[in-house]
Amino acid sequence: MATFLGINLFGLFGQLLVGLINGSFYALLSLGLAIIFGLLKIINFAQGAMYMLGAFAAWMALDYLGINYWLALILVPLAVGAVGILMERLLIRPIAKEDHLYSLLLTFGIALMLQGTFTHVFGSSGMAYAIPEALQGGFKLPFMYLPAYRAWIVVASILVCGATWWMIEKTRLGAYLRAGTENAQLMQAFGINVPLMVTLTFGFGVGLAGFAGVMAAPVYSVSPDMGSNLLIIVFAIVVIGGMGSIGGAILTGLGMGIVEGLTKYFYPEASSTVIFLVMVIVLLLKPAGLFGKEA
Amino acid sequence: MNTMHKTLLAVAVATTTALAGFAQAGPVSDDKVKIGVLADMGGVYADLCGRGCVTAIEMAVEDFGGTVLGMPIEVVSADDQLKPDVGSAKVRQWVENEQVDAVGGLVSSAVVGAATKVLTDNRKIALISTAASNAFTTSACSPYNVHWTYNVAAVANGTVKPMVQSGKKKWFFITADYAFGHALEEVATEVVKENGGEIVGGVRAPLGTTDFSSYVLQAQASGADVVALANAGGDTVNALKTAAEFGLTQTTDVAGLLVFTPDAQAMDPATAGGMTLTTGFYWDYDDATRAWSKRFKERHGAIPAMGHAGAYSMTMHYLKAIEAAGTDESDAVMAKMKEMKPDDFFARNATLRADGRMVHDMYYVQIKKADERRDADDIFKVIDVIPGDSAYAPMLPECNFVKS
Repeated sequence: MATFLGINLFGLFGQLLVGLINGSFYALLSLGLAIIFGLLKIINFAQGAMYMLGAFAAWMALDYLGINYWLALILVPLAVGAVGILMERLLIRPIAKEDHLYSLLLTFGIALMLQGTFTHVFGSSGMAYAIPEALQGGFKLPFMYLPAYRAWIVVASILVCGATWWMIEKTRLGAYLRAGTENAQLMQAFGINVPLMVTLTFGFGVGLAGFAGVMAAPVYSVSPDMGSNLLIIVFAIVVIGGMGSIGGAILTGLGMGIVEGLTKYFYPEASSTVIFLVMVIVLLLKPAGLFGKEA
Repeated sequence: MNTMHKTLLAVAVATTTALAGFAQAGPVSDDKVKIGVLADMGGVYADLCGRGCVTAIEMAVEDFGGTVLGMPIEVVSADDQLKPDVGSAKVRQWVENEQVDAVGGLVSSAVVGAATKVLTDNRKIALISTAASNAFTTSACSPYNVHWTYNVAAVANGTVKPMVQSGKKKWFFITADYAFGHALEEVATEVVKENGGEIVGGVRAPLGTTDFSSYVLQAQASGADVVALANAGGDTVNALKTAAEFGLTQTTDVAGLLVFTPDAQAMDPATAGGMTLTTGFYWDYDDATRAWSKRFKERHGAIPAMGHAGAYSMTMHYLKAIEAAGTDESDAVMAKMKEMKPDDFFARNATLRADGRMVHDMYYVQIKKADERRDADDIFKVIDVIPGDSAYAPMLPECNFVKS
């Protein structure tokens, strides 16, 4: 095996690649959070539950309705997005004018209720969801065996994140969106339906979590607590990237996956805390986050 | 004797008589037998005991007739939320204020460690159905502990020994990084070494790890014959799934050291099929297990995990012991429980040892492949029955509470 300075390079490359794969999930989830916070100033603690909902929806679609993975990849984010839209209209809208803490507590409560309901109905052990046939098998790289599905996760996540970033930062629709959150009254005077835009943005952000859920179903166990395990990490990533920075959330998500991968190689015991350590350091040195503009 | 002394003496005599009279009011304290069920009701271990244990214990009470020595039997339950402080506070409230005589269920070893301390301090009985640690009958043994279904030593012995003896000598561990995982790894390591095998490496993964791929890569690089999963529940399911995805299961054996039926059901038969493990109970073993399991499933909605069957069996034995002892006083009941041989669909060739360990037949089983399964409940094929004496570690002399 190739070694450099006593480090097993093959092992290291393997961990870096695995880190990148995990980072893809972090990027998708933190992107959804960053959009919702950056544009709407809502701290959505239910994002993890929406990710869980996405995975369960994919499982239910296959098990009850025979809808395959590829269709689920399109339908489930729409369905989860619709749940998000209902949530925004019925529950979050009435308290939108209050302090951020209210929406934080509200969404946290929604997350707990969803998780509890799913545990009650489906149990805590989780459901099996097979990898779609077209993505079974894998590639033999010199340093590791890369399952095809894992490669697909990286590709799909980068495509979706890239498209989202482009839409928000580079298109007219995105410009309306950003302007609407800067000065809603002025935008409405120009004839733009800002409340509708807010609802759709929230739905889109939540739909991203649903998409990540479908992506996760074949590789992670589909279980009620899958979202809560990930949510705290994803929040830390959003904080590191800078609250509300779209590009920052994507880059930090991928980057933190790699940092975690490196830690798993050099000192596995710290792998569950390393992201929070980075968060503390970043907050001390640059309180607005790596890509944030204001504190 | 002056007046002062006389008065004191009179008070003392009166109090003693009154107390003795109170204690003799009936054979059963406060005119009922009350059993508490403490379990994780909504967390990661909810399927292993949880509501199912409440159902199983209620079934035992009903099958017993609902009364013992002419007094009603009552069942109360609580969620320990997997937190030792929550669990022990609940148990304290039960035994100190609510006249609970015994506490059953008892899942996470951390919670059970705290709960059994409170029970022993109050001289009340712990009926442990689902906890894995062997500490409750070794380093933390107590005259009031009854450990029924299995423990880490029994499952590790049952699974590891045949594999090492068949020539799979090099072992790698993926271990849950907390007390239970460490205990399981330690016991399994001993068995590997005793049988001439060696440990080529290991990693400790935090409880609730979502992604096991980096650990699987390390296992792959170790050149092990067997990758042992010293974890439980969702961790085992996730680790196995990842091992299959990265092609580890094609070149190496993966051994789940502690797998419950709900976990096995959550695994994809294509990857889990063929894996061997040791369990304290399997619902489809014979007519007696099937008959009870059918009744359980009708009430609970799912086939019983080993902890559920164990909870029923130990409650039955507890109630029979009260009847035989003629009282629900803990010391008398414990003596009777250890004297009588447990014998039902669950406890085969069984004895409750002086240290509180219930030693019974264990089952060495294989997870069925998809084409071997009749339906979703048809998951294990029983390969071998392991006699209790060879599965469980011998009793420690300091834990012999019934010295002859």
